[in-house]
Amino acid sequence: MAINLLRDKGVPLEEQKFTWKELVQPTYSKLDDDAFTRVRVILMNGIEAEALRFGHACARMNADLQLALARVRRIEQHQQTMVNWLHPADQSPLETTIGFEQVAIEVTAAVAQKEPDPYLAQVYRFGLLEDFDHLYRYSALMDRVEGKDANAIIQSYSDIVPGRATIVEHRAPEDDLRTPYNKKSAELITKLHALTIMAGEHMTHDYYMTVGPTFADPLARQLYAEIASIEEQHVTQYESISDASETWLEKWLLHEATEVYNYHSCVESEGNPRVRAIWERFLEYELGQLRFVADLFEKIERRDAAEVLSSSLPAPIEYISHREFVQRTLEAEVQLRARGHEFVAPELESEASIAQRLQLNSEGSPSETVAAGYVWHPGTELARAAPGSVTFGGVTAYSAE
Amino acid sequence: METTEIGINRTGIATSKGRAEAMLEAAQTFSVVAESDATPVAEVRARYAEESDPVGSVPPPPSIKGAVKAVAGELLGNQPFQLIDKLGERLAFERTGARLYEAILGKLRHEGEFAGGPTIEEIERIVLQEYSHFRLIDSIIRRIGGDPTVVTPSANLHATMSAGILAVAVDPRTTLVQSLEAALLAELTDNEGWETLLELLVEGKETVELEDVQQAVRDESDHLALVRSWLAAAQERETVPFDL
Repeated sequence: MAINLLRDKGVPLEEQKFTWKELVQPTYSKLDDDAFTRVRVILMNGIEAEALRFGHACARMNADLQLALARVRRIEQHQQTMVNWLHPADQSPLETTIGFEQVAIEVTAAVAQKEPDPYLAQVYRFGLLEDFDHLYRYSALMDRVEGKDANAIIQSYSDIVPGRATIVEHRAPEDDLRTPYNKKSAELITKLHALTIMAGEHMTHDYYMTVGPTFADPLARQLYAEIASIEEQHVTQYESISDASETWLEKWLLHEATEVYNYHSCVESEGNPRVRAIWERFLEYELGQLRFVADLFEKIERRDAAEVLSSSLPAPIEYISHREFVQRTLEAEVQLRARGHEFVAPELESEASIAQRLQLNSEGSPSETVAAGYVWHPGTELARAAPGSVTFGGVTAYSAE
Repeated sequence: METTEIGINRTGIATSKGRAEAMLEAAQTFSVVAESDATPVAEVRARYAEESDPVGSVPPPPSIKGAVKAVAGELLGNQPFQLIDKLGERLAFERTGARLYEAILGKLRHEGEFAGGPTIEEIERIVLQEYSHFRLIDSIIRRIGGDPTVVTPSANLHATMSAGILAVAVDPRTTLVQSLEAALLAELTDNEGWETLLELLVEGKETVELEDVQQAVRDESDHLALVRSWLAAAQERETVPFDL
């Protein structure tokens, strides 16, 4: 279906309605559905959470927009509910966490390859290698604390191997800011990419901050604390790449366009018919919201929405395994560090970042502790064990091999 | 009856041979091959154990009569607070147990009965028995001067342990038979819990309600036997006596 961002009317706001029964749909299956269905549900929940977050911040700074924002936000809150409630109850917080990291890897990899701005493509690759390491650390946690194989969630689409070690990801705030795109010269897809990844990372941070204290194991609590801190750094990085001189209405318009773009991407790739019907419905809703905001933008700012939006929608996000791209990036860029707005060799790191890291890691590193010598193996590392190779609490495990 | 569905489960490594091979190769190529050691996990737990407070405590009985009893320890055995703790545990378990069987009753009404499985009357009887067991313990706690609304540490422990049992039974995706599997786990621990309680009451010379408690022990034993027989019928197998 060809989308025209400037002409399509979608469903008018007054016809975007729900019942409680509709908001709470039957869930997808953790066991039977494709991993990318979970990936899309996690990302779209994050996209809607960002819509609400932005809408509230905007309302607090723009009294004249409060009613219009409240109308759209009420719908988006219900959209978020319907999407987030697709997660099944038998999917534990740690299993969902594995899904969050798969989002951060595969969606960021898709974006990094399509991003036309080479500097921003580098920013995405930089963040990608850090989230890639988080998947490895959480997988070790799942194996060693719960005795489960994270690949039951990942379904072999993503690799479970070390990336840029989490222990070296901790930086000083001044090394987490990046150079923004220029709102006048940047392509639309650049702006949509920036909002998409920022939304995903912000949701990841908030999710870890919510579920982290639900774990009994102290190392699990530590690992969530450590990785949530990195996600805060990532939100800092990704929000800094959007041009801060865009007006509030311009940003709102871009948020709505990002939602259209993402629901369209989901429609194009979804295999679960029930979930696909939700993506199709919400694509039409978002087009209606985009039209509503575009009209406001043109009326209040007296600018043509075509200054911000193009008529055609960029090519959708590819929900496929980006294994080869991620491996190439890993080989070429795992050593990179951030200094100011740039990416540098490890020996050029700032003293401030090194000091920050030394302080945080001075009483031990959860991410190193949990994954000491961890190598992913189908069916957990217990299935891999050759005699004498795996030690648990001083007891050496032997395998049947 | 058919208790398992055949479908496209994607969690196994065999779902995609190509992807699995690529993933295994990556694990070998990009992982640092070292001696795997999960020992540090235990070390972190030990370090925190030294610094942590207990989960919670048993409050002193609110009535003077109760306090005197507890201090004297004459009527409640050598460990009076242990009895209060375990009474609180069974009270909470029976209360949740009544809700568990209500959920199972809902599934039974929705799915209908199966050959050798529970009847609606049988489940209704169990719900009522769980409820009466809850009331029995409530009355014991009150009589010895305790507060039956307290969440004791052991009640909290058992609630944490058995959280998954109720989650299975109230999930609209699970079947009646799958919920009976959850009930089996509940009955196994409940039987042990009641026998423990009976022994603690005897030890504490708290014999006022002894006959009622002995009846509850027999009720729970019956529940366990029934659930085992229903599951055996669903799986089309004969039950084997424990003492075989």
